[in-house]
Amino acid sequence: MAEHKLIIIGGGPAGLSAAVAAVDAGLAPEDILVLERDSEPGGILNQCIHAGFGLHRFGEELTGPEYSGRYIAMARERGIPILCNAMVLSLTDDRRVTFVSPETGYTTIQAEAVILAMGCRERTRGALSIPGTRPSGVYTAGCAQRYINIEGYMPGHRVVILGSGDIGLIMARRMTLEGAKVLAVCEIMPYSGGLARNIVQCLDDFGIPLKLSHTVVQIHGRDRVEGVTVAAVDEANGRRPIPGTEEYFACDTLLLSVGLIPENELTRGAGIDLDRMTNGASVNQFRETSAPGVYACGNVLHVHDLVDYVSEEADTAGRAAAARILGNAAPVVRSVKLTTGHGVRYTVPERIDLAEEPEDVRIFFRVTDVYKKVRLVIETGAGEILVNRAKSAVAPGEMESLTIPAAKLAQVLRSGEEEILVKLTETEGR
Amino acid sequence: MLYDVLIIGAGCTGVMTARLLSTKNVKVAVAEAGPDVATGATAANSAIVHAGYDAKPGTLKAQLNVRGNRLMKELCAALGVECKNVGSHVIGFGEGDLPMLEELLARGRANGIPDLEIIGQDRLRAMEPNVSPEATHSLWAPTAAITCPYGITIAAAENAVTNGVDFYFHFRVTDASRAGDIHYITNGTETLAARYVVNCAGVHSAEVAAILGENDFPITITPRRGEYFILDKAVGGLAHSTLFVCPSDRGKGILVSPTVDGNLIVGPNAYPIGDSDDRSTTAEGLAEISAGARRIMPDIPMNMAITSFAGVRSTPNQYDFYLKASDQIPGVIHAVGVEPPGFASSPATAEYLVGLLEEAGLALTDKPDYIPTRRRDGNHIQWNRLTEEEKAAKCRENPAYGKIVCRCETVTEGDLLDMLDAPIPAVTIDMMKKRLRAGMGRCQGGFCSPRVAALIAERTGHDLDEINKSGPGSWLVTKREEA
Repeated sequence: MAEHKLIIIGGGPAGLSAAVAAVDAGLAPEDILVLERDSEPGGILNQCIHAGFGLHRFGEELTGPEYSGRYIAMARERGIPILCNAMVLSLTDDRRVTFVSPETGYTTIQAEAVILAMGCRERTRGALSIPGTRPSGVYTAGCAQRYINIEGYMPGHRVVILGSGDIGLIMARRMTLEGAKVLAVCEIMPYSGGLARNIVQCLDDFGIPLKLSHTVVQIHGRDRVEGVTVAAVDEANGRRPIPGTEEYFACDTLLLSVGLIPENELTRGAGIDLDRMTNGASVNQFRETSAPGVYACGNVLHVHDLVDYVSEEADTAGRAAAARILGNAAPVVRSVKLTTGHGVRYTVPERIDLAEEPEDVRIFFRVTDVYKKVRLVIETGAGEILVNRAKSAVAPGEMESLTIPAAKLAQVLRSGEEEILVKLTETEGR
Repeated sequence: MLYDVLIIGAGCTGVMTARLLSTKNVKVAVAEAGPDVATGATAANSAIVHAGYDAKPGTLKAQLNVRGNRLMKELCAALGVECKNVGSHVIGFGEGDLPMLEELLARGRANGIPDLEIIGQDRLRAMEPNVSPEATHSLWAPTAAITCPYGITIAAAENAVTNGVDFYFHFRVTDASRAGDIHYITNGTETLAARYVVNCAGVHSAEVAAILGENDFPITITPRRGEYFILDKAVGGLAHSTLFVCPSDRGKGILVSPTVDGNLIVGPNAYPIGDSDDRSTTAEGLAEISAGARRIMPDIPMNMAITSFAGVRSTPNQYDFYLKASDQIPGVIHAVGVEPPGFASSPATAEYLVGLLEEAGLALTDKPDYIPTRRRDGNHIQWNRLTEEEKAAKCRENPAYGKIVCRCETVTEGDLLDMLDAPIPAVTIDMMKKRLRAGMGRCQGGFCSPRVAALIAERTGHDLDEINKSGPGSWLVTKREEA
């Protein structure tokens, strides 16, 4: 069997950032192989032609292709091999990767380290079980985005969008700019799942109504979508549609932006532990999964709202994989589990592996609901505060982060504490 | 062209009949209203090759189901279509259900089904650890099997085309006439001539009988819609065999079964509907199925549903299938009211219908150069189903097999190109989906459908805006308006 030091599965922003970081940490570029399933690297950013990427990372506003282009250039400058049209078919927990590509055929490679960077997929109509007919014209927002931005065609002309995730909001604007009429964006929750800036720039600026606490209850049309029925939902009754509130929209297209699911079929196949809240692998602060030497970063780990954070997370994974291969990783003394308290849905990482001399660890997390005037708190199981920060507003659509300073982690290490709790406290009523 | 036999309807019954006739020295055509074979009830049912204990002894249903069960397995093997002998349980909840299970056991034995037995809770739970703790008995039928109903129908249709059968799609029969012993069947723009006509028009078969000129036709059809869920392959292992509930006055009930592709199928309910082509699902119906599934398997994760759909059965106003030569119109054979177990029965129904054609005077001799496979050069097994060595060899031979287009179901570009060159070329998204499962996985085509459409457009010399999801009018995209 062929051997390789580092295999990175996915050549999107996560995989490329990880590859670049691994080289910058001392790994020889020829020891890395990036496997990309599409015909060119860059991932889903290649079809995200709107601006808004890179403010944190590069201090300027880039389009998706520009952002991915920078990472492709960095990878090429370093001579990192990227194999396109390469689909990984299976992975084992001892890092055997089987993939297929037109160039290499059907191949299995034993790797010293693997970085999972497969990204995510969109939730579909089937996952929501929207009743009605099954005509043409029901697209996930990303599929419609591909038709417009890559293929150069219009997926429809009179559009209703279900779900106010960022892709849905972006597509409301994109379809409008291309001459389509977007009748409404319906959101089953009482708040949008997208970034506030996208609501303003993509809906408000174009006069597109956002119908909160509404959902699509029926799809009509035999061959092509002819209309959808929208109804208000009852917050107090499991968000069930409220009879009598139905409204019919004549349209030829229904776009779905109802959530992203980390694409972890390979991870699951390898028997790696998953976090039920993130639907991604459970990791330590280096993004190492339960399988030693297998790391995960980007949207395959948890869905990010900014690609800048994906790159940051991938850097961490890339450096850690390089350190493992080069044999210069600090030995782990003991692990501490991160748990979620009031108002916190999940954290990444889920555990911190403490070395003798701990370093700062940045904890990413999402809140469970919209809150105003809160304090974000990280404390030990014994109640000792490690971080405490005031925030005027938080929402599930915007990822939060707090850094635990090295000195505090050194205290935790010595205290024998086994758990760290991340929570929010409400400083006044909602 | 004068055909010896014209079959109306390319569902499983029509296609199996065409395939069987293609082994003989006769010229056969199939006229189908839809854009493909297997677009009606054959595409949307429980995908079970029933053992045959349900049908009352002495009926055609019983005779054809039991024989069809055996023939279906043989045909799947011959055409390279997967068929798994998973067996089925009819689950009883308490002593009250025992008499019904005994009744089914007796019927099954009378119908000649081997190895049927009633088993107790311990054995049932050992075989199916996820069934409800309230399940106390089951009728175990090891000969029940699962396959892909449209998969085997497509395979049989390809085999038929390879042996000279002509398929006419988008051919909805609107009128028929007769001159001497020749039937002229038209869709309004095109007319086909044949000596014999077989009406296999499924839910429209009573209407077709009237078009063919039957007066006071004894059979009326009530379309009955059944809704289903398909669950992700990640939970496909929760059931090892088909799990029915003991029939009661509440109907045959909802089943949970593995599919041959590794998913779970859950359904159906059964409601009469007015419009026989109305295959829409309802919120109430889907909720009913979820509840029914939980009765069998309390912890079934319905949140792992990847899609839902509905099929329409053609329930006749009599218990049995109506398979008869017309007593009014010479040369016309009817297969009407073919409801469940119509799919499991179909290879045997085809034999029966061919027998009726012979009785009506059609002379049949074996075709010496009959080709027993889907194509002249074999069955063209999908890349994903090959062994590792075969996969590697196939990629070396043609790099297109190394390019995965549908990642959820591991469909290669080579497979898609192969289907564009098939005896019935796959030229729509749904045709590709049915043949290769491209777009049938957990992402439901979100990723691959633009790529599949682009490949069809490129290879057929069409523009992307001319490619349909299924029939005419099911367009995917239009050209952008130039500013």
